[in-house]
Amino acid sequence: MGGFTTQFVVALTVTISLALVTGCLGTAFGLFLAISKGTAQPRLNRVVTAYTTVVRGVPELLIILLIYFGGTTLASKIAGRYVEVNAFTAGVVALSVVFSGYATEVFRGAIAAVPSGQTEAAKSLGLNAWQRWLFVIGPQMLRLALPAYGNLWISLFKDTALVSIVGLTDIMRVAYVGAGSLRAPLTFYLAASALYLSLTTVTLLSIRLAERRYPALGR
Amino acid sequence: MNLGLMFDAMVVLPSGVGLTLTLTVLSLTAGFLLSVPLAFIRAFGRPGLSLAVLSYTYVIRGTPMLVQLFLLYYGLAQIEAVRASIFWVILRDPFWCALLTFSLNSAAHTTEILCRGLQSVPRGVTEAATSLGLKRFQIARLVTFPIAFRISLPAYGNEVVGMIKGSSLASTVTLLEITGMARQMVSTTFAPYEIFIVAGAIYLSLTSIAVKAIQLLERRLSTDGNRVHRHKARWRPPLPDPEITTPPA
Repeated sequence: MGGFTTQFVVALTVTISLALVTGCLGTAFGLFLAISKGTAQPRLNRVVTAYTTVVRGVPELLIILLIYFGGTTLASKIAGRYVEVNAFTAGVVALSVVFSGYATEVFRGAIAAVPSGQTEAAKSLGLNAWQRWLFVIGPQMLRLALPAYGNLWISLFKDTALVSIVGLTDIMRVAYVGAGSLRAPLTFYLAASALYLSLTTVTLLSIRLAERRYPALGR
Repeated sequence: MNLGLMFDAMVVLPSGVGLTLTLTVLSLTAGFLLSVPLAFIRAFGRPGLSLAVLSYTYVIRGTPMLVQLFLLYYGLAQIEAVRASIFWVILRDPFWCALLTFSLNSAAHTTEILCRGLQSVPRGVTEAATSLGLKRFQIARLVTFPIAFRISLPAYGNEVVGMIKGSSLASTVTLLEITGMARQMVSTTFAPYEIFIVAGAIYLSLTSIAVKAIQLLERRLSTDGNRVHRHKARWRPPLPDPEITTPPA
């Protein structure tokens, strides 16, 4: 593998950090959208539905390309000279958009699955809106959402490979460069698959652990 | 925003729809045909065989499709025996490589979906079929599979949408489907916004049509006549994986 082992290690950290940053941003945004969809007026509701529909109906690759190349054009126009958007930033933005689109639906479904009696009971106990979310609906909703939410993380790790197409030096990119320079594509792509498989396996195992630790209440 | 360019894109990009649909339909068909026996083995086969199928689906579902595509397209050429064999005619062509990758992928996903459907067929139904004197193959063909297919249909709809979206990866091995055409147009016009947005709109309409078609099929095949439930069908792409369904209230 020549000197590519160290490069693979660096690339692995790039992939992991991309996924972690994206996952946290996407979760925050998805939670925000799901909560606002549950409570707010019908107009906002429709905007959120349109957002999730569009995001889930368009290929991830296209969203990454749009944000990378479109972002470069936009930044250049604003700055008045050629500015290139960082591939990592573009990847984080694009995958956060995708992740939040799916996470919104997952959380919305989980919120709807919390029995309405819980909210009513919390109201009758005199809890205000924040306390209701924090102590009553939130914990129950997160437990219900956990299995589906975990799957989103697995697809997120797989989707990070697409960011290599716009030049981010992640696992896939290092495999591509190594395959070209050493003329051993089979070895390098097999190594890349093994790395991705171990990443998804670790994710899967941690979700299973979390599911066992925090099972859905009351069933 | 340049509306003229968007109009140009609207004229040019639909010529890539054919290739996108060809790749999607062929790989879904091949994947489905392959997955039916695999799902039966995975659900009811001997433990060893079931484990073998599980390892296939696990590896395919655990790695990005892009890596698999590059492994087939660039990787296999490294083996001298492959280049000398008759399969080389197929494996050096990007179209067949993409089709093979997508089919294997779709087969893995569909196997898991159908397996879950097969496992949730009530025991009493198969026992009733046995007591009627049906043979094992007849039970599978006439009883288990039709029920399992109905159960799996919503999840299979996700797979169809996923395949339409996944076919955009073919653009990375030089194929000119919708995304490939869009990338080519962008490289000559330097107008990413206009063109990628038009491409996205085309994909969105394709996935919406697929969702609607699956919902129609679901309604056609559904055995209960609950009308209120039927009218709830909406134009919306479903969640990506079979497990990602909203928990029942």
